[in-house]
Amino acid sequence: MEKIRVIHYINQFFANIGGEEKADIEPEIREGIVGPGLALQSGLGDEFEVVATVICGDNYFGSNLEKAQDTILNMIKPYEPNLFVAGPAFNAGRYGVACGAISKAVEEVFNIPVVTGMFEENPGVDMYKKDLYIIKTAGSAADMKKSMPKICALAKKLVKGEEVLSPSEEGYHVRGIRVNYFNERRGSERAVDLILKKVAGEPYETEYPMPVFDRVAPNPAVKDISKIKLAVVTSGGIVPQGNPDRIESSSATKYGVYNIEGMDSLTKDNFMTIHGGYDRAYVTENPNLVVPLDVLREMEKEGVIGELANYFVATTGTGTSVGNAKGFGEDFSKKLIADGVGAVILTST
Amino acid sequence: MVKEIERAGIPVVHMCTVVPISLTIGANRIIPAVGIPYPLGDPNLGEEKSKKLRRKLVERALKALQTEVDGQTVFED
Repeated sequence: MEKIRVIHYINQFFANIGGEEKADIEPEIREGIVGPGLALQSGLGDEFEVVATVICGDNYFGSNLEKAQDTILNMIKPYEPNLFVAGPAFNAGRYGVACGAISKAVEEVFNIPVVTGMFEENPGVDMYKKDLYIIKTAGSAADMKKSMPKICALAKKLVKGEEVLSPSEEGYHVRGIRVNYFNERRGSERAVDLILKKVAGEPYETEYPMPVFDRVAPNPAVKDISKIKLAVVTSGGIVPQGNPDRIESSSATKYGVYNIEGMDSLTKDNFMTIHGGYDRAYVTENPNLVVPLDVLREMEKEGVIGELANYFVATTGTGTSVGNAKGFGEDFSKKLIADGVGAVILTST
Repeated sequence: MVKEIERAGIPVVHMCTVVPISLTIGANRIIPAVGIPYPLGDPNLGEEKSKKLRRKLVERALKALQTEVDGQTVFED
């Protein structure tokens, strides 16, 4: 019997090509399995064959979204796949976005089942959970052994057209799809049960959870930037040489406030990047690529902006939890307001 | 962080390399930056042109800050 043909998508790191310094490699396709493809193949079993593996650098994908997708779709086509699996990406943000984007494109173009996997705080989850089955994983690749079997189990069901159960049963991120089913007990009984539990202060779980949208309305525009004090905030990990606050290079638990009084630009002798999520070579040479002090200072002298705050705020964005980032923002915004800052440029790598 | 700055009442512009992420987290004024290892400039162009590019992007950011928006807006140029 002919085997079910599977294509696997991974990034440069899992292909063992390299870390951030190789994150800009263009897509390539290799016959057979590479890296985590071994676990994928063994989880899927003999009826399936991982016929090829697509490898693409995370930065290349992120910076060339459309081009990367087109190239990869063309690479995959001759293999006539029946199933596409991407990642899992765990908590790697750009990898997660790439896995989500390419999976969605493959599903649309080839109309075949696609499965990927990510940690819940991976931005790829919110971007693609409505479109895709994304298996829940832990935050790091140490979870590969646990997550790959779940990906395989769901992928098999999808290929065979078997019924996919609820997110909690199959272990995927809630997609917001409602499915009708028959309950043994009628709605009124269940509603009374719920309210009794609530009144009694016992734990209860709604049958109809509402989506949570955390959106903040835009503030009115700045009337005249030449009369405003401007501050720069960055998630790009720029700190003074030696990293005095010991901000982590990923999964940051703190931020720093760094003095730039009297400086015309950020020099490589005084500042460095500690961000663990991109190739630091360029920014190490010129930190102004992330905190544009050189041009802002010129604009301040020319009167384009009223005044530049005499510090910038920095942390590392990569792998940093949403909870921590929110906490940093709440905290340093108080300082910005107290210091009369009227507008902020936030740069992200 | 962008959202908390906005929530605190300070107009903020997000200069970012992966626009879809910025849209997902809920930034309102967004400037697409150059590339992940060099968001504001392009060292491959040489220092002078790279700095010019940085100035252009910052000018675009300042323009975005001075532009009224109803919701999420990506300022392409």
